[in-house]
Amino acid sequence: MSFEDNFGGTPARQQKRAEEDLLDPVLEHTLANFRSSVLAWSEAAYSRPRTALAAAPQRQVWRLAAGWALGCVLMAGGVSGVFYEHHQRQELARIAAVREAEHQRQLAEQSARDEEELLAKVDSEVSREVPRAMEPLAQLMAEDESR
Amino acid sequence: MATAEEIAAQEFSGLVASHRPQIFRFLLASTRDVDLAETLTQECFLKAHRNWGSFRGESSPMTWLMRIAINLQKDHWRNRRMQFWRHTRNNSVDLDEASEWLPSGESSAEQQVLAQERVRQVWRAVEGLSERQRTVFLLRYVEEQELSEIAHATGLREGTVKAHLSRALARVRTELGGKR
Repeated sequence: MSFEDNFGGTPARQQKRAEEDLLDPVLEHTLANFRSSVLAWSEAAYSRPRTALAAAPQRQVWRLAAGWALGCVLMAGGVSGVFYEHHQRQELARIAAVREAEHQRQLAEQSARDEEELLAKVDSEVSREVPRAMEPLAQLMAEDESR
Repeated sequence: MATAEEIAAQEFSGLVASHRPQIFRFLLASTRDVDLAETLTQECFLKAHRNWGSFRGESSPMTWLMRIAINLQKDHWRNRRMQFWRHTRNNSVDLDEASEWLPSGESSAEQQVLAQERVRQVWRAVEGLSERQRTVFLLRYVEEQELSEIAHATGLREGTVKAHLSRALARVRTELGGKR
């Protein structure tokens, strides 16, 4: 008994089905062709040599292993990328902080220098601008200091 | 004289011989994967063998087996969705390959090509159906089961089966629409 003989649809059954489903002739013909193609494919696949099956699991194992390996590589790449990015950001932030501290230090030094220069200038100008009437007193103070 | 166990084993062997091709065909059409269809067919009969003793004959053996096959298929897709990372590749054949099996019943080469194209469109429509619609459609138009048989096999009410069938047919009509 063939595959189709076992389970094939009878014309009466097909007629009844078409009436029930109100199929138009083109759709009915297409569905009949669809059924025929499934039957032919199924029959061929069912009666194919079973030795082919032995290779299938091994293929699947290889595919699975390759898939896992690829997945692991991608995941490792992703994780190391994230770490690298994080590390880079931290390094840049550290460099920026060092630069900022150096800049602040230079500003403070500059400001201290300016202040000292200003004081020295004021001192010298003040000493030069002693009124003439006070000069004898200033000379006395200088002599006092030298002594 | 044969014991009850031997008789049951003989009965089951007969069941396997007569229904295995149909179960395989349904699973092949549902999955479009020959290896998977074979595996699920094996599982179906293994399960049936374990439960053969409790089969009361309330439905036909074919309906009972089909119900097991439908549940196995459902479990398979559910597991596949939940554990998608276990399967890196889908082994289903593509629609073109599935459509190539049309026997040359048409009168001319052009008609044969047109018929193949329409079969491809039906496959495309079937691919877009929900799991239940696809099951009902295949049981109806490939296995040529009655609505009541489909209702038994799927555990749905006949009205629900009709509704699924109607939606499935509408989808097939829409897919065929451009070429008719």
